[in-house]
Amino acid sequence: MLTSNPFAALSEVISPAMMQGYIVLMVLLVMGGTILDMMHKKSAQYFFENAKKAKKSAKRSVGAGEKASIAASVLVNEVLTSGEFSNPRRRLSHLLTMYGFIIFAVTTAIMIFGYPTPATPTPALLPQLWHIGALMLAVGGYWFWLFIRVDVSAEGLPWFRFERADLFILSLLATSTFALIWSFTGGGLTIFFALFILASTLLFGGVYWSKFAHMFFKPAAAHQKKITMADGSRENLPPDYDLTDPEVQRKFPDIPMYMGKNPPNMGLCIKAERPNHY
Amino acid sequence: MPTFVYMTRCDGCGECVDICPSDIMHIDKKLRRAYNIEPNMCWECYSCVKACPHQAIDVRGYADFAPLGHSVRVIRDEEKGTIAWRIKFRNGKKDMELLAPITTKPWGSATPKLADEPPPSKEMRDSELLFNEPKYIRMDEGGLHTLKSNGLEIKEGVQY
Repeated sequence: MLTSNPFAALSEVISPAMMQGYIVLMVLLVMGGTILDMMHKKSAQYFFENAKKAKKSAKRSVGAGEKASIAASVLVNEVLTSGEFSNPRRRLSHLLTMYGFIIFAVTTAIMIFGYPTPATPTPALLPQLWHIGALMLAVGGYWFWLFIRVDVSAEGLPWFRFERADLFILSLLATSTFALIWSFTGGGLTIFFALFILASTLLFGGVYWSKFAHMFFKPAAAHQKKITMADGSRENLPPDYDLTDPEVQRKFPDIPMYMGKNPPNMGLCIKAERPNHY
Repeated sequence: MPTFVYMTRCDGCGECVDICPSDIMHIDKKLRRAYNIEPNMCWECYSCVKACPHQAIDVRGYADFAPLGHSVRVIRDEEKGTIAWRIKFRNGKKDMELLAPITTKPWGSATPKLADEPPPSKEMRDSELLFNEPKYIRMDEGGLHTLKSNGLEIKEGVQY
């Protein structure tokens, strides 16, 4: 079951061209939804205006080489390892969901386009990855939905309460769950397949109302944030002081007077606990 | 002026919800980002501004230390044990920085171990003195600490 391509078996009932057409349609829906979302929220406009404002208070100019190294660090820290999350649980859950989704979506596309019928045998690795991806997506997603979500963890609301804003995570969870159930119950044209397709259509078709588009603008925002740190404008934030620097100690004599010339790491205070004291 | 949240910086972690003494920082049910639900009940205590790990919350400072249109931003660094402020006037020319300690010992290392203390006697219970007085107010070392006893004197005028 884990090594067989469920879409190849399905090709006896639904033609591969139809399945491929569905994938193309979903890609178009994501693109259209993202563009509409950007136009509606004016996020791109805000982003560029903000960048222009930050440039005005810059203390130095950032060269092309430095910009490229910042882009590389955004790719490694923010995009590939979700470093923007300060909460390790959220980071882990996001990584599971993100990589699960990527593996699941990519293997689905490869299996449908590359190995659409039983006549072209699918390498065992692909269906295995497809199942692992769906499972990662489900584990990360349910962990988030039931325990980590801020409504539950900080606001104390019950896990079953949902809003339109939850369209993304719920359709994502439904897609992975019904995909797994559909595969484990033998595939074919069943009710689980209908639910799987319904959930995935909702996921990709609901981009305009969901937060799916965050995968495009979040890296851009992280890059801009790092640029402001590099050019000295720092969004008007104070500098990151080195307490052992004699110049800092001369400027702020309270530091050596009360903390000594080489203050120890003080550890964590309120950040040592999770924010769930509602 | 009450707190406000920059939605693009907030990641909805809930630190401000947790710390707000007035319980007015909450998560928007649609956007999943923090916001001040009752701005006229905000004391401007800055707790949420300092606690926010993404510096997503801002408060306009009082007009008595900076004219309107300024920016007051803060980074509370627990591991360094410091708080850093930056106040920038709207003309951009006056740009002030402040760095101050918020702890001098590692967090939690100076918490009194009350469980290890002997229980109070009947005499102590009936006394007007509070727990560990006069030891904790150090009257037993020769009276209250004053400017004079510490060799200091008050200077005329407003001191900054």
